[in-house]
Amino acid sequence: METFLQQVINGISQGSAYALIALGYTMVYGVLRLINFAHGDVYMFGAFMGYYLANIPWIKSGVGTSAAGAVFVMLGAMVLSAGLGILIERFAYRPGRGPTRFTLAFWLGLLGAGGGQMAGQTFTSVVLGAFAGIAAGVVLELLGIRPVRQESRLALLIIAIGVSLFLENGGQQAFGADPKFFPQIIPTTSFKVGPLDLDSQRVIVLLVSLVLMVVLNIIVNYTKTGKAMRAVSFNLDAAKLMGINTDRIIAFTFALGSALAAAGGILVSLLYPRIDPLMGVMPGLKAFVAAVLGGIGNIPGAMIGGLIIGMAEVMAVGYGQSTYRDAIAFVILVLILLLRPAGIMGKGMIEKV
Amino acid sequence: MKKWVFWLAALVVLAAMESSLRGLIGAYNYQIVILVGINIILAVSLNLINGYTGQFSIGHAGFYAVGAYTSASVVVYGGPAIRAATAFLPQTAQNAVLLLLGIIAAAIAAGIAGWAVGIPSLRLRGDYLAIVTLGFGEIIRVLILNIDAIGGARGFSGIPQLSNFFWVYLGVLITVVTVHNLVNSSYGRAFISIRDDEIAAEAMGVDTTRFKVMSFVISSMFAGIAGSLFGHYTMYLHPNSFLFTTSFYLIIMVVVGGLGSIEGAILGAVLVTVLLEVFREFGAFRLVNFSILLVLIMIYRPQGLLGAWTLFRTRKPAPATK
Amino acid sequence: MARRSSLFVMCLLGAALVSCAGNSSDQASNEIVIGEFGSLTGTTATFGISTRNGIDMAIEEVNKAGGLLGKQVRVIVEDDQGKPEEAQTVVTKLITSDQVIAILGEVASSRTLAAAPVAQQSMIPMISPSSTNPRVTEVGDYIFRICFIDPFQGLVMAKFATNTLKVKNVAILRDIKNDYSVGLADVFADNMKQMGGAIVADESYSEGDTDFSAQLTSIKARNPQAIFIPGYYTEVGLIARQARRLGMAMPLLGGDGWDSPRLTDIGGEALNDTYFSNHYSVDDPSPAIQNFVSQYKAKYGETPDALAALGFDSANILFDAIRRANSAEPVKVRDAIAQTKDYPGVTGKITLDANRNAVKPAVVLRVRDSKLEYVETITP
Repeated sequence: METFLQQVINGISQGSAYALIALGYTMVYGVLRLINFAHGDVYMFGAFMGYYLANIPWIKSGVGTSAAGAVFVMLGAMVLSAGLGILIERFAYRPGRGPTRFTLAFWLGLLGAGGGQMAGQTFTSVVLGAFAGIAAGVVLELLGIRPVRQESRLALLIIAIGVSLFLENGGQQAFGADPKFFPQIIPTTSFKVGPLDLDSQRVIVLLVSLVLMVVLNIIVNYTKTGKAMRAVSFNLDAAKLMGINTDRIIAFTFALGSALAAAGGILVSLLYPRIDPLMGVMPGLKAFVAAVLGGIGNIPGAMIGGLIIGMAEVMAVGYGQSTYRDAIAFVILVLILLLRPAGIMGKGMIEKV
Repeated sequence: MKKWVFWLAALVVLAAMESSLRGLIGAYNYQIVILVGINIILAVSLNLINGYTGQFSIGHAGFYAVGAYTSASVVVYGGPAIRAATAFLPQTAQNAVLLLLGIIAAAIAAGIAGWAVGIPSLRLRGDYLAIVTLGFGEIIRVLILNIDAIGGARGFSGIPQLSNFFWVYLGVLITVVTVHNLVNSSYGRAFISIRDDEIAAEAMGVDTTRFKVMSFVISSMFAGIAGSLFGHYTMYLHPNSFLFTTSFYLIIMVVVGGLGSIEGAILGAVLVTVLLEVFREFGAFRLVNFSILLVLIMIYRPQGLLGAWTLFRTRKPAPATK
Repeated sequence: MARRSSLFVMCLLGAALVSCAGNSSDQASNEIVIGEFGSLTGTTATFGISTRNGIDMAIEEVNKAGGLLGKQVRVIVEDDQGKPEEAQTVVTKLITSDQVIAILGEVASSRTLAAAPVAQQSMIPMISPSSTNPRVTEVGDYIFRICFIDPFQGLVMAKFATNTLKVKNVAILRDIKNDYSVGLADVFADNMKQMGGAIVADESYSEGDTDFSAQLTSIKARNPQAIFIPGYYTEVGLIARQARRLGMAMPLLGGDGWDSPRLTDIGGEALNDTYFSNHYSVDDPSPAIQNFVSQYKAKYGETPDALAALGFDSANILFDAIRRANSAEPVKVRDAIAQTKDYPGVTGKITLDANRNAVKPAVVLRVRDSKLEYVETITP
């Protein structure tokens, strides 16, 4: 019994990690109806930003493990990741909704920088390559090459896959492929509740994810922006006709979702302090499953879905075979989509004809 | 030209190339040619689901894995018995029999897997279908991880090398011809009608479920064949070769070349495989640039490089994506 | 019918296009080219990087000393991204496209196993610095290794647990995805039982996992006196942390997969009272080792782990063989490698036996306050 209760606690702490990622996933999907495959990689990006911020000398020595330091690291990583989210939205997803400028310049600039690195491997060649790319992009755009309006969501899905591959491979280049160890910016103290072992970090992760869930719920349901988000989610074109700046709302959604992913990345890295550029792939997918399980677009649902997946995994490992761990989430996904596609808390969605 | 003349000529050409190719271009380029061939089979077959029928599967690696492992187990565990039964044949013929049995088993097993996945999945549409096929692909991989007889997590080693240029490109030829004939038949028109407008297709009396499942099963069978050829070329299988990233790369081949075009799928498979190999020395950087190219192609030319373009205009080109 | 033929022609054109791509193997005759493959990216990237560092050092040394047979040595490094099928492709490339005369690699047994048949078929000698799974050298007579094998390592830790730590009830937590870990766990379990001990729990995890609390909770319920974790350092630090967090204070034991400068970064305090078997100890006062350690530190700013040392040794054994063979012909080099006897490497005296495995002693190290301490040497 003791062992079982301890396993329940293990499940909750693993589940709250998934829930943190699932919150952002469910928001983006709810608004854009897009499986943002890159979300798991934004989570990775957030963890790495936290890692670098926490390793800034004056943070490391000065504030050290104090609460102020932890908050600074957390907020800094969230802001940076929100910026990344906005960039992704602006240059990868928005072109599909209508012609936007500088898309070609942005991507060709990155491509040029990469090409410069491949050709010369010096700083100058990278900068030259980037400038050449940007110039080529601007010229091509002046010549009338415009993004194609995406009629199908599947094309967007493939773009999402592309962005995700870009972040994973780019992360391996920028951060190095070997795992890094996340500094313990919040000290951990273990304590016992009856026969059960708990510690401060696990409690903090669970509490923060609950708080974020509540805050998010308030934003979506009780603010004007939230109302606009729901309108966009309901019908993008109608929302636009009602005078809502849909691009801005979508960008805000991405920023919020990405900031949440970063918060998740840092909190999870405190619990499991090993980070690498591919760390977001599996948790990202599982968090998406959690979001579907809870009812996609539904914020408390994502929390519940995350907890269920985490619990199911821990129980499968604790009382069965650890090798089935990665399959559990997908078995749940298949079952839920076949039995109740709207998810636990979701309202039925009618496929528009 | 009669059919048999075509096939006979093809066999002769393939056999001639097999005997001279490795010496001509070296073993490394030969290996790339083989991988290109296997990827062509995979991309062309995936195109049947994603391009022609308009469904979206990102679980192709799962069927590929089923084929690879089935064929390898048939040959490894049934090999001695089969060889004994065919002892009167010369060594090459024995190998051919063995490989053919493996390929047939692989096609059947992968086809069954495709059917089992297709039936429940096809209640779903669009990205839900996509994510469920991804889930199934992962479930298949995890199941393989847990079967000890085929190496489990440690990989399946000791597979005899049976396939070569001749077999791989024979497989390519059969796949391309079959898919080509299929999409230009009444079945193919049914597939395309489902892609273009499922509701209208249903209203016109097309049994959409049946055709969707059919395209899944046929596509999976060819993926199984590709798996078999792959396993018997590399002599070693590991579940990590069949991660969902493999499915991603297959999709990239299909969409880069052009959804709903056989030539597109072939072009995509050749381009992706060769480019990644040529730029190998740049390590992960080539993958960074590669993913940027993918995003750009999707933003500026979502129908792929070739789109629905085909060498032969027997029908009006259909829009590539719905 | 014309259609069919055209499609077929297209496929062949595709094949032809491939064959045109890249055909450069102009080789200057004033150098000896060797190949190396390893995981420079991917989850086990540090293994490949450490090994490469060691090999680079050996090459730099030999080239400074005038090279081999009057020629400079050049290494071509290929990244297999930690994937077995990539390992096979890159080794094929090294052998046929770059025409290397010998190959060094890989660390992980699964990747060595995938690539070894290629080297064997092409009759190019291949030396694995640190694949300990017994099956590796069974592939054929061109495949060598310069480290001890898992059966020996398992015996070492079983002996250590029984004789030195005096524990009887031990739990095992193995990495089920890893040849090395599974093999080592089995051997350890057999030896423990033979020495009168008992395996009270046998749990598993998969490489890349981050949460081990479920397994550890199950293990805790069985009250073992020690836990044997034959995994890689990437997971071990996390496991130790989570175990201590669950109030489990017993000693943790492991194998050479633990060895990395990063081990204690992550494990920290939690790794106190843990022991693992290794190929060498940086504390060893012998001048060969101290020389290697100080040079490595100067060059890379890190204490060399066993993989770096083994990479260094594997390259030197190859050079030694080339010198003795007085030729860079693969067949002759192979024969010379096979005759390696009492080579004074950083990781001990290396002799290759008839099965092309190295016979070497192992050391047991203890972790204390993020430092590795030498405990004892156990000989075969």
